[in-house]
Amino acid sequence: MDIFKLTIKDIRAGLSNGDFKCVDLVKAYLENIKLKNESINALVRISDTALDEAREIDRRIADNEDIGVLGGVPIAIKDNILLEGKEATGGSQILEGHMSVYDATVVERLKKAGAIIIGQANMDEFAMGSSTETSHFGPTKNPWNESRVPGGSSGGSAAVVSAGFAPCALGSDTGGSVRQPASLCGVVGLKPTYGRVSRYGLMSMASSLDQIGTFTKTVEDAVILMQVIEGKDSKDGTSVELNDTTVPELIDSSVEGLVVGVPDEYFVEGMDEEIKKSVMDAVSKLEESGAKIEKISMPHVKYALAAYYIIMPCEASSNMGRFDGLRYGYHSEGSGLRDTYRRTKGEGFGEEVQRRIMLGTHALSAGYYDAYYRKALKVRTLIKKDFDDAYKKVDVIITPTSPSVAWELNEKFDDPVTMYLSDIYTITANLATVPALSVPCRPVDGMPVGLQIMAKPFDEYSLYRVGKFYQSITEWHQQTPA
Amino acid sequence: MPLSKKEVQHIANLSNLHLSNEMIEKYRVQMDSVLDYVQKLNEINTDNIAELQHTQDVVNVFREDVPVDCDSKTKKAIIENFSHRKGDLLEVQAVFNDTEK
Repeated sequence: MDIFKLTIKDIRAGLSNGDFKCVDLVKAYLENIKLKNESINALVRISDTALDEAREIDRRIADNEDIGVLGGVPIAIKDNILLEGKEATGGSQILEGHMSVYDATVVERLKKAGAIIIGQANMDEFAMGSSTETSHFGPTKNPWNESRVPGGSSGGSAAVVSAGFAPCALGSDTGGSVRQPASLCGVVGLKPTYGRVSRYGLMSMASSLDQIGTFTKTVEDAVILMQVIEGKDSKDGTSVELNDTTVPELIDSSVEGLVVGVPDEYFVEGMDEEIKKSVMDAVSKLEESGAKIEKISMPHVKYALAAYYIIMPCEASSNMGRFDGLRYGYHSEGSGLRDTYRRTKGEGFGEEVQRRIMLGTHALSAGYYDAYYRKALKVRTLIKKDFDDAYKKVDVIITPTSPSVAWELNEKFDDPVTMYLSDIYTITANLATVPALSVPCRPVDGMPVGLQIMAKPFDEYSLYRVGKFYQSITEWHQQTPA
Repeated sequence: MPLSKKEVQHIANLSNLHLSNEMIEKYRVQMDSVLDYVQKLNEINTDNIAELQHTQDVVNVFREDVPVDCDSKTKKAIIENFSHRKGDLLEVQAVFNDTEK
């Protein structure tokens, strides 16, 4: 039992064949966590009931009871997803001591499927960040090189899978917060189409962009996990009734005839040549295997980051308004109610959150609303149209996930625009609400690189098909940190 | 045009953020760099382009406005999260006495 390599699929087979006991499996993960979490800081809370849950799974196996699709599979969830009876803080001081009153819908579905929630993963404060350095609990380190960032904002979740703390994790993706850390930590990250997964119980950042996504070692595992958490939920009015879900075994095992679009605008001058080579090598591999490669142009994507850094702070500043220090979390008493709000928010929120609250408040304020917010929404229309036009010609679009490999801790911390640029390839999928997947391709200088695949809204099947095929002809995803 | 210190203080007030002078200055410089970057949107002509807030045809989901009681365990959990309480009630400072602008 090599916990660094075990997939969800392996665990299901191992438990049902009796190759190992669930309690030994969970013990192995917990020992690894004990050994390494202090330095990597991927988990902010570790479950104290995981072993009991594992014993219960073993008992059920012994009694021939159904253990569920994820029976006995350890999973970590990002600290902005509610877990009944446990603290949930979104990586923020302002939620210090806040206990979740209910389970997020995804958690309810995971529990029903038999998963064992092994811990809560570190993250940038309220998912605002690209490096997991804005967390109130301190930064997470990249398991491949602990002097580097894991990416963000779901850096804890990515590091969990990469470091062998669990075979899978959940994160959230507003502008790339699942795919970018997956890329930087060498694991698979899936951001589904907006509406595929219920956001009930996810702390809102930018509500028209947020989606819960998965971290796994393989694309097949991503499909298994997505099947459990996806689907309409009456508690989230934006979740969508799905016509079908994909069964992993039925995914086409070839890319013959598939049309892959490669947009010029994502391979701009100044990008890391080695990353470009790594991604283009992957594209060539698909071409050799029968896919048709089509050069395409998406003229408005170069404006996506600018539109995003208006729309996202506008929505985030509204969402952050609910943290008043009265009903839960951090409280700093002032001379009157307004002063209490100001002190609570001034002391309780970290810098990146305050910066975005202020940017959003500014962009929505009288005199600026038209020039910033409405302008950005119009540009969003044009970006969406670029995607619609592209999908008339191609089935999937392939780009790098991140313009660079993981950078040094503190390198970009006080320079917001440089930090924001690290999301330049991922935010378009959120603005256009298309699904996207990052899979490891050839590393650069010993650090992981991600290949991003995007498809039409609700066509996750094509992502699975390309991703699974790519993993069947390469071994990059089997590499683990030294 | 760069933001002035006064403008940033105004934004902080609108945002209900109590900030030190030092932080106001730090955010002024950083917000300037972001606002400068987003200026590039002005390169595109967006006349007659519709705004896109949501890509799906989302519709309001209505239900009868009838209060539904929750179980005592949930109630207890909610109350235990309160920062200040009097019995089972959430205690807050006076709302209408607060004359501070």
